[in-house]
Amino acid sequence: MALTMFDKIWNSHVILEKPGGDALLHIDRNFVHEGSFHAFGALAKEGRKVRKPRQNFAVADHYVPTVGRERGVEAAEDADARNMIRLLEENCRVNDIAHYGIDDDRQGIVHVIGPELGLTQPGLTVTCGDSHTSTHGALGAYAFGTGASQLKQILATQCLWLKRPKTLRIVVNGQLAPGVTGKDVVLAIIAKIGTAGATGHVIEFAGSAISGLTVEGRLTVCNMAIEAGGRAGMIAPDDKVYEYLHGREFSPKGADWDRALAQWRTLPSDDGARFDREVTLDGAKLEPMLTWGTSPEEALPVSGRIPDPKSLGDANQRAHAEQALAYMDLKPGMALTDIQIDRAFIGSCTNGRIEDLRAAAAVLKGRKAVIQAWVSPGSTALKRQAEAEGLDKIFLDAGVEWRASGCSSCAAMNGDKVPPGMRSASTSNRNFEGRQGKGARTHLMSPAMTAAAIVTGRVTDVRTLAAGKH
Amino acid sequence: MKSFTTLTAVAAPIEMANIDTDRVIPVRFLRKLRSDKAGYDPYLFHDMRFDNDGREKPDFVLNQPAYRKAGIIVAGANFGCGSSREGAVYALLDYGIRAVIAPSFGDIHYANELQNGMLPVILPEEICRGLRDQLRAKPGASLAINLSAQTVIDTEGFAHPFTIDPVYKERLLKGLDDIGLVLENTPVIESFEHDYHAQRPWLA
Ligand code: SF4
Repeated sequence: MALTMFDKIWNSHVILEKPGGDALLHIDRNFVHEGSFHAFGALAKEGRKVRKPRQNFAVADHYVPTVGRERGVEAAEDADARNMIRLLEENCRVNDIAHYGIDDDRQGIVHVIGPELGLTQPGLTVTCGDSHTSTHGALGAYAFGTGASQLKQILATQCLWLKRPKTLRIVVNGQLAPGVTGKDVVLAIIAKIGTAGATGHVIEFAGSAISGLTVEGRLTVCNMAIEAGGRAGMIAPDDKVYEYLHGREFSPKGADWDRALAQWRTLPSDDGARFDREVTLDGAKLEPMLTWGTSPEEALPVSGRIPDPKSLGDANQRAHAEQALAYMDLKPGMALTDIQIDRAFIGSCTNGRIEDLRAAAAVLKGRKAVIQAWVSPGSTALKRQAEAEGLDKIFLDAGVEWRASGCSSCAAMNGDKVPPGMRSASTSNRNFEGRQGKGARTHLMSPAMTAAAIVTGRVTDVRTLAAGKH
Repeated sequence: MKSFTTLTAVAAPIEMANIDTDRVIPVRFLRKLRSDKAGYDPYLFHDMRFDNDGREKPDFVLNQPAYRKAGIIVAGANFGCGSSREGAVYALLDYGIRAVIAPSFGDIHYANELQNGMLPVILPEEICRGLRDQLRAKPGASLAINLSAQTVIDTEGFAHPFTIDPVYKERLLKGLDDIGLVLENTPVIESFEHDYHAQRPWLA
């Protein structure tokens, strides 16, 4: 029988099945971060320990400061944040889990370092108490976020009870136009199917526009699968993925590498495999995208205008759009390129990888920032790499701050907030009310588009900038 | 885990779809420790419930006297989408909410409710709207949920059947703990892991 990639990964991880379709799944890799303290706390309260410490990895990312890192934990925003960072270290010590703390060379955002260290590999089940765990699926893994109770279950047993999700294949055909990135593709997908469009489904992204993306671009697409409601996102592994993984710290070595590669090559969905649903997009028609509202589905091509909520067919969407426009202080009919931007953030597990930094630097080179902006690389190793390439100098010369690695302004848990009422161009993944700080107004876009906003102070089609029209 | 069998409680209507978990509990409260003495109830729907000075917004449903003691919420579609934070469930539970009725839920939040002995009830859009209309017309009225019978009785005594996966239902009714259900299978798990890692020694 023809199987999907998801079927293959699922089947190889089912330990047992119960009548009624509940399966007990083996979890290959589980990641924890500062926010996992509830799960550790509950575990300790029940007198349990982590069953398979070597399959668990911890990193401090959500609460770490992005300035003053030479001072270590002391640089954190306040006592609560310092406690969270220390509590993670302590929980890992007690449970014997590898811990990449605030001053470790391997520190970074959990969904950036998983692939970067070679911990994430094709065919694995990967979990983390964080919704953007879907990111890791870009390497051909089944990767999904859990809440604290399920996380506790994984820590205690290295297994998880799950219902088999449905499958949705999203095919993006054609070739992307220059200036159109993975971020634009995924924003276009979410705008099309909505934030609940993939609820209950694992998404496999396929088609020539997807396979044409770099591994970095694919990680961006899978990162936002959750924003379409998907349980996970995945992309068939190919030579780009194998090259990416080769030689990384936790990648298999020597004979193991060959054995792994042979297994990985069997993973892509078979011809004729059946998905529960299919959606198709024409990649060649896509433009750079940005969000105008307070839900990731409220996104449009940069050439667009703010919609009139009255024109929306669905009553829920209409009500949401009305509230979003009030919160964002925008009027129907306005051209997106007339939106003034006050601040910008380049980073996050969506767009904080080397290719993203390069794309932003390419736009900023020889230009000047007219608004406050900073870059927080997705990992400490990436920060070093970017510095070796001279990207830090480009940012600094343009007047953009070059910060240390962490989640930073994506969710502003470490205090890197956007002040109330300020309008932010951000490469992150969520534009919910208050996401970047209370009253903050977020416009999600690609790194290049964010860089264009940095040098113009408003929403700008980066392609016109490249053509020298500014 | 606390079992869930029946619940008759004041129900509060929230006229909004896509209530993401950032709305249920803003991120800045997730760093708070939670104990029996200090629950997460003050943070529930914080920025919808309180203004910038911490004063209650009188328009918000849970601030209206009739709904203050609500144990059930009836909301719009896609309730609990967004972040995986279980703090959203803690805030609901600590406030006293044991069930949310909505046309659909964010996947992770749905699982999180079940993990904590809460019942997420899925009813069609029109029925949810009808329930909210009733609850607005009769502030402080109760709904009655019976998990065994899989029904929600509205304020007029009319029963609306809902579906729930039998496995979830059984766990809720009995208050079964997932870890216990795993560990009773330890021999099978160990033999699985042995074979699995024999094929993939670099993962062990
Ligand atoms: S960068 Fe943002 S989305 Fe990613 S893990 Fe951190 S807070 Fe979550």
